Amino acid sequence: MRALALAALLLALLPSAALAAAPRTTLPDVEDELMCIQCGTALNISQAPSADQERQLIREGIAKGLTKDQIKARMVGEYGQNVLATPPKRGFDLAAWIVPGLLALLALAAIALTARRWRRVGDLRDGEAGPDALDADDASRLDRDMAGYDL
Amino acid sequence: MRWVVIAVAALLVGLLAYGVASQGSDTTIESALSQGKRVPAPDSPLPRLGAAGKGTVDDYRGRVVLVNFWASWCPPCTQELPLLQRTQRMMAAKGATVLGINTRDASEKALAFVHRFGLTYPSLRDGSGDFAERWGLTGYPESFLLDKQGRVAAAIHGPLDQRWIDEHVKPLVDRGA
Repeated sequence: MRALALAALLLALLPSAALAAAPRTTLPDVEDELMCIQCGTALNISQAPSADQERQLIREGIAKGLTKDQIKARMVGEYGQNVLATPPKRGFDLAAWIVPGLLALLALAAIALTARRWRRVGDLRDGEAGPDALDADDASRLDRDMAGYDL
Repeated sequence: MRWVVIAVAALLVGLLAYGVASQGSDTTIESALSQGKRVPAPDSPLPRLGAAGKGTVDDYRGRVVLVNFWASWCPPCTQELPLLQRTQRMMAAKGATVLGINTRDASEKALAFVHRFGLTYPSLRDGSGDFAERWGLTGYPESFLLDKQGRVAAAIHGPLDQRWIDEHVKPLVDRGA
């Protein structure tokens, strides 16, 4: 009896497990990662005739139960890599991912170096005797005078 | 420190120059035609529409070729398909051909039009549109007439009409030059 109940429970869980393994996607979820191949703008804001065709292909993919990655692969097969809103992370296109980060790091390093240099110049200026500085005789006389006051 | 700044500036200028250069359309064909010259047609291997393997424009060297850039989502392109098929019959009888370049299009949609209009001329697939850019395409449809040496002899931006066929295609096909 217990085995029968366990089998029934497993059967009830099977469809939901299958759905979890192959999540369905939506048109907005896919189209915001693609470009209009005719006009070169994001697909989700394009009203071009070719954009309508691209959306139709996405809907067909969704109706067939394809995942987002499968639909995107199908779109690349039809229109080439240019249809992707972000370049692939390989080959020359990898530069699009690396260069901005590299530039940000260089800019941070430049700011840090410049700040350090400014601080060093400021410290040197603080340690220097200015034009109004007292010589040793005047300084000792000032100390003597100051000692005469009850401060 | 100074060298780092110079290197970063040079990198940025290089990227900017590359971006500007890659965006510019090719006006070589247009300027050559306006001077009465014929330039070799840009070429590279493209997948065949509705068939296996790849083909090039150069495969048709030795024949007069009417290259037609089209897409199924472009109403003017599909409207001129019957005229192109009639032109193909005329050209094929004299050893010439129409060659379709299906551009920025879904192959299934394009093939549906090929079957609907019973197109008998070959078409190549330019899904990304990169090939069209090399021809300096500014819109759809556009057609280019190639002589037997594979050079561009005439071009039309926009839909074809019978008058343009009579004025440009027929004489070249009849002369065979």
